[in-house]
Amino acid sequence: MNKLRIIYNGIVNENPTFVLLLGMCPTLGTTGSAMTGMSMGLATMGVLICSNVAISAIKSLVPDRVRIPAYIVVIATFVTLLQMFMAAYLPALNASLGIFIPLIVVNCILLGRAEAFASRHTVADSCMDGIGIGLGFTVALTLLGAVREILGTGTVFGLRLFPETFGSLVFVLAPGAFIALGFLIALINYIRKRS
Amino acid sequence: MKKLSSTLTNMALSLGIITIGASALLAWVNSLTAGPIEEARQKSEIDAIKSVTPPFDNNPRAEAWDWIPETDTVPFIVYPAMENGAFVGAAVNGYSKNGFGGEIKVMYGFDSTGAVTGYQVLSHAETPGLGAKMQEWFSMDAGNRSVLGKDPAQTAMYVSKDAGGAIDGITAATITSRAFLETLRNCYKAFEAYKVDHGYASDVNRTAGDATTGATSHHQS
Repeated sequence: MNKLRIIYNGIVNENPTFVLLLGMCPTLGTTGSAMTGMSMGLATMGVLICSNVAISAIKSLVPDRVRIPAYIVVIATFVTLLQMFMAAYLPALNASLGIFIPLIVVNCILLGRAEAFASRHTVADSCMDGIGIGLGFTVALTLLGAVREILGTGTVFGLRLFPETFGSLVFVLAPGAFIALGFLIALINYIRKRS
Repeated sequence: MKKLSSTLTNMALSLGIITIGASALLAWVNSLTAGPIEEARQKSEIDAIKSVTPPFDNNPRAEAWDWIPETDTVPFIVYPAMENGAFVGAAVNGYSKNGFGGEIKVMYGFDSTGAVTGYQVLSHAETPGLGAKMQEWFSMDAGNRSVLGKDPAQTAMYVSKDAGGAIDGITAATITSRAFLETLRNCYKAFEAYKVDHGYASDVNRTAGDATTGATSHHQS
């Protein structure tokens, strides 16, 4: 399979947030601003690439019946590594993402890609799939974060677009996250159907 | 390569090798990052002390002093700031468990007379966009929002919604505001207790009559 095709597929046709609707917990929880959304997307992408490569490399050594616990151990290991590195070298980011970093372990995107892609494809293709799906997730979270930040507080990436008093509080809170996500999914699917 | 069949031996071996490999990797990275994590924690604490107190030249962490609030067992920590051997103020690491999302931890700075010189919210679980605004809100120069430069002995550190309060709470986050100010009042008590304990209380140029003009009664110096 063409490598670039796999990446494009991950971002557009199988976008984890807008098309597959996977990983909704961090999608709603960390998109209060464009910056935290993007950080969360990148952190997940890092773990996804590592776990896809590792799982693809060991796939023939793992008997079918224990594959799920084996994948979970691999994913949990990379998440813990990521958390240690972030706590050591990016403490501010680690504090702002908080509980959502350890929760990457149970993000169904990772187990989904391990089961549906990495366990059936070569190491190189799995790496490309990790990059594609990871970028798709990052783009989706950044977009949702930016929309919520603009509507909720009038800023984007911390840059003020209009005074705070015009911001609508609901977009900062959970209901606004659902509403913004629903409209974004509708918009993305409308564009995909037309093209 | 053919996939291993799911026999008991294969499954046990496969899972065993994967978990041992994972533990080894984690142990190695843990030993690599333990130092930097501790450094980052200390640096953020020192930075927080520096950002709230007047300039100092001592090591406040080495002279830290614990104060136990009446209602709890976990101490507030007073970090005294000294310049040329003279007491110029202190940072107090305090907390309140009455936040909207549980505990909030705030570092407050006081100068030697007891006026608030700064504060930094260390950790909280308040609602983003509402209670989470306390870092900016209580230093804003708008209405009676700011706590900066005010002496808790003379200013009633309660939200203006409550009787006698002199500070404007965050709009739609009164519970957070109450917890924030409760932390401030307790930190001030810790600060006063520290001054009494270390004999700095007499440095304060304040007559006993001032205490009666203050709206609060827990004036100790």
